[in-house]
Amino acid sequence: MRFPMKIVERLLEGVFKMSSSITSIVILLIIIFLFKEGFGLFRSPVVENGYGLYINSKNPIADINPTQIKQIFDGEIDNWKTIGGNEESIYLFRFDEIFSIYTDEELGENYQFLPQKLNNIIAENSNIIAFFPKKYMQEISSNTKEIATKNIEITDFVLGKEWLPTTTPSPLFGIVPLVLGTLLVSFLAILIALPLGLGVAIYLSEIASNRVRGIIRPAIELLAGIPSVVYGFFGLVIIVPIVQKVGNISAGETAFTGSLILAIMALPTIISISEDAIRNTPLALRESSYALGATQWQTIYKIVIPYASSGISAAIILGIGRAIGETMAVLMVTGNGAVIPHSIFESVRTIPATIAAELGEAPIGGTHYQALFLLGCVLFLFTLILSIVSELISKKQTSKTA
Amino acid sequence: MMIEAKNINFYYGNFHALKGINIAIPANTVTALIGPSGCGKSTFLRLFNRMNDTIQNTKLTGECLVNGQNIYDKTVQVDDLRKNVGMVFQKPNPFPKSIFENVAYGLKVNGISDKKYIAERVEQSLIAAALWNEVKDKLHQSAFALSGGQQQRLCIARALAISPSILLMDEPASALDPISTSKIEELIHELKEKYTIVIVTHNMQQAARVSNKTGFFMYGELIEYSDTKKMFLNPENIQTQNYITGRFG
Repeated sequence: MRFPMKIVERLLEGVFKMSSSITSIVILLIIIFLFKEGFGLFRSPVVENGYGLYINSKNPIADINPTQIKQIFDGEIDNWKTIGGNEESIYLFRFDEIFSIYTDEELGENYQFLPQKLNNIIAENSNIIAFFPKKYMQEISSNTKEIATKNIEITDFVLGKEWLPTTTPSPLFGIVPLVLGTLLVSFLAILIALPLGLGVAIYLSEIASNRVRGIIRPAIELLAGIPSVVYGFFGLVIIVPIVQKVGNISAGETAFTGSLILAIMALPTIISISEDAIRNTPLALRESSYALGATQWQTIYKIVIPYASSGISAAIILGIGRAIGETMAVLMVTGNGAVIPHSIFESVRTIPATIAAELGEAPIGGTHYQALFLLGCVLFLFTLILSIVSELISKKQTSKTA
Repeated sequence: MMIEAKNINFYYGNFHALKGINIAIPANTVTALIGPSGCGKSTFLRLFNRMNDTIQNTKLTGECLVNGQNIYDKTVQVDDLRKNVGMVFQKPNPFPKSIFENVAYGLKVNGISDKKYIAERVEQSLIAAALWNEVKDKLHQSAFALSGGQQQRLCIARALAISPSILLMDEPASALDPISTSKIEELIHELKEKYTIVIVTHNMQQAARVSNKTGFFMYGELIEYSDTKKMFLNPENIQTQNYITGRFG
């Protein structure tokens, strides 16, 4: 009878082994996919795919960066001198202007003369910067030169102060405003949630009777189960108008509003983890403190809180992790202005909100799509760092208990 | 009499843990409370610094007197009582603080902030607990760096720092090795000069070695209470005799 039993055990063991390895492989593949798609961004050219920027070869400018391109095409820079060239006003030439200069006959039936005409225009104007499809400039003549042929660089992404993923000719993927927005909203949320959460945790573990605790604790855990879109809706309908009225500002969708919602959402995590940490303080320590004539409050703030401090820090970090990754509610109440915030009563846009809002309109495989994946990588790194830190802290906690 | 119990009954919910206990303990003696597990001796000990107050759903009848004062009287402040009645627990349980801070804790929570006085008391208490020579060079290291026996002596020093007149000890050596145990026993011997000590112990040799008087508890009753010598050589009660000789318990 032992023999068939053994086969079943072996089989089960195999199944468990397989499921665990499949799970790990899937997770690994997801991460690899994320980074592979994301890092494709740095293999994409600065200028929109398939298009080129051309100047007269007499122009001394060797190269320009994406921000300068954007400023030139927005009219903010109108003289070559500003970016180190000759004292000459910039002549901005967009592709469709060719049709107002030449008639269809002159360009030929199949536009076969178009490249020649474009070449002429560039050759005649030493101050020109022209933007048109690369296919009309297959053989670059001695009169023209292409600029901004480089790929997007990591510094453009990491240090860029503007997130304008759909501007032409060269989109800007600077994550600084998004990172700052995410961090601002998350840390503000923790600043609000921490005193509240810690207060509730102390009340539940030290003061409340078992009956009161039996009611409040499940209620708080219920908070964690509410879908985030409901929080977002609640925030949009209730908190946004209140912030707008009380703060006397033109729009209530601000970083502060997002933080308030996130604080409410982070509360269950903070409360339950820090309450567990406080409860885990050995009874012997409390009793020794009481036996030395300490009051309940002295025991709480001199013995219990210091003892539970690593658990409380883990709660804070997990709360931040929750806040950083939260998407829907934040998307609904922060206004999503992708600018570097100067006050908490300004609109901000977080990383997850950006991904959620823009992925639908980003063509698959395009630079915008790749940039959004790279944002996902950045978010992943944030939460990875947070969970490593909380792991280290709870390890410290275990070694202290042992 | 330093400590007196008059017709004590104590209940955990419906469980009748102590049944009509009467006892009188004179000052500057060591009294050992012995008996099988669950007989109520620790519960009884914890009545005298009102440690049972923290347990929910308990009931007490009768009188607990310390220096003639009923400590369960409404006018008695628990914190004041505990300053006078120190306690040492079964397992060494130093606070997660430095050695110095552990001993100073009782003084600080009782509102003493004079640093010079605190430093003096810490030194005196560590000397009294026979730990000073071992720790004087590392007062500001964590208390967890000490051995189990040293930690327990630190806990005794911690209790002595607030100058109690009574010291309750709940199996203070049960978690220690024989050498540490004998150090604690020597210490109890010395401390008896200044303090009234009540010690709960499972170890009958220990009770015989350290105590002047012994009380034998069983099933929540105080079966016998007399001089230790008499108790161990010539017990009055047959149950006591059975327990002491190891035939039961």
